[in-house]
Amino acid sequence: MIVAERKPLDEIQQSLEGCKSVLVAGCGTCVTVCMAGGEKEVGVLASMLRMRAKMDGTELDIREATVQRQCDREYVEQLAELGEECDAILSMGCGVGVNYATEVLKTVRVIPALNTRFYGANVDEGVWSERCGGCGECIVASTEGICPIARCSKSILNGPCGGSQDGTCEVDPEIACVWQLIYDRMDSLGRLDKLEEILAPKDWSKGRDGGPGTTSREDAAAIDRGEASE
Amino acid sequence: MDMKSGSNLEKMLAAGHFAVTAELGPPKSADAKAVSKKCRYLKGIVEAANITDNQTAIVRMSSIAGGVLALKRGVEPVVQMTCRDRNRLAMQSDILGAHALGVRNLLCLSGDHQKFGNHPTAKNVFDIDSIQLIQMVKEMRDDRLFMCGEEIRNTPKAPIVEPRMFIGAAANPFADPFAFRVVRLAKKVEAGADFIQTQCIYDMDRFREWMRQVVDRGLHERTAILAGVTPLKSAGMARYMRDNVPGLSVPDSVVERIAGAKKGSDEGIAFCVEQIEELKEMEGIAGVHLMAIEWEQKVEQILEATGLLPRPKVEADEAPEEG
Ligand code: SF4
Repeated sequence: MIVAERKPLDEIQQSLEGCKSVLVAGCGTCVTVCMAGGEKEVGVLASMLRMRAKMDGTELDIREATVQRQCDREYVEQLAELGEECDAILSMGCGVGVNYATEVLKTVRVIPALNTRFYGANVDEGVWSERCGGCGECIVASTEGICPIARCSKSILNGPCGGSQDGTCEVDPEIACVWQLIYDRMDSLGRLDKLEEILAPKDWSKGRDGGPGTTSREDAAAIDRGEASE
Repeated sequence: MDMKSGSNLEKMLAAGHFAVTAELGPPKSADAKAVSKKCRYLKGIVEAANITDNQTAIVRMSSIAGGVLALKRGVEPVVQMTCRDRNRLAMQSDILGAHALGVRNLLCLSGDHQKFGNHPTAKNVFDIDSIQLIQMVKEMRDDRLFMCGEEIRNTPKAPIVEPRMFIGAAANPFADPFAFRVVRLAKKVEAGADFIQTQCIYDMDRFREWMRQVVDRGLHERTAILAGVTPLKSAGMARYMRDNVPGLSVPDSVVERIAGAKKGSDEGIAFCVEQIEELKEMEGIAGVHLMAIEWEQKVEQILEATGLLPRPKVEADEAPEEG
């Protein structure tokens, strides 16, 4: 899922400067699961902002709404009515939600309340950890399901570098060296010989370096148009 | 066979001499004199000196500029190039420029992560990794092609003028997983590394074990292995290296030896001299890479004490054919 974290309250407050009414808008998908921007977090942030406003003696009308997804038009449009009555929408969706709400709702300002961090998994109670770099051309068949693009601090394809020690990355002893993990996995599968091969330079144009990505599916469009699919 | 690059270092190694390289860190300023000063300590006593590339991710004078200044001062540079700061375009253009300015040795590195340096909020590049960089430099030299497959010529009618580098790479026998270190070296050799400089050695037992694996695989016959040594200036430095430098192994016995000596710096030099004596005899070792960090003035003394001075002279036509 997409993992995000709430911005510091001071920063949020600063970005709302001049607003007299704000709709705090949650998203019911990824950020609900990673407990950054679901209905519950909307409630918490809204009351914190109300309290702050009261303490500062400023006028701030805070409303709340959470939709199923901020990355789908039909749900984002649900924010239109409430949002248009406000000076701004404070989106607790990921960066996609902020951008898409801006695009769909047009007349109202959309301000981010979260920092969108990465694609990650819930690896422990309350812990999310990055697992994919979204590079557009998956190479983990060569590394037995473990991604060095996302998880090596240097995105090295022929690791480990000279900084790997006792299974940890040179950057931080709290970070596992992913190339140690790859090595151990190859070893346990009896495939260490594969690591003798040099992985070729990556085609970064498949990902963000190729410019903003778009993908289209004719079959999905056909379903949307109500045509029968095979 | 013709020389690959014709560098002094290449000729020395091809002639079978035990080679000596040193390290010359460029200044954290635009001060050309700082390079000249270090060159005075190194000129004529080493085959070449590595010019570091924003080492430990701290901004310094560029390694190519530093290398050209060294060249003018009579010290052959090994220009270091990391994958941290440049993508494949910038690397190839820098390699063309370096060759045009007379550089003939290039050491290909991943580079320390920017977190360690003075711009920790920088975006890193890592478009290609060090092994892919070695491959690219070799293809530019031997196939006379850019990485994209185009010929290295200005126009379709212009002559091909390819950059000819003697290609170096680093190896760290002290990083983990230990069993893989020799495999990674093999990958670098396969990619085209003509010479290897190792991480500085303090743990000779582990180094010896690694070299045994290197020799078993015959890698020392395909690449020239220069063993890295760094004289310790003090017990404090030894402790710092032991506790704070990732991928380095400093046994407690070494720290204790320096700490217990009357003068730590003298003991550090004595230890370094002993190491070089041992390395000279070790199977598969083609030379030493003496990294006297901000202590270039001691290089001569250390080499003198190990009988490595004066350096033998080689000319292109004296170098034997490679068999
Ligand atoms: S130590 Fe491991 S994870 Fe860290 S940069 Fe090196 S190879 Fe990547």
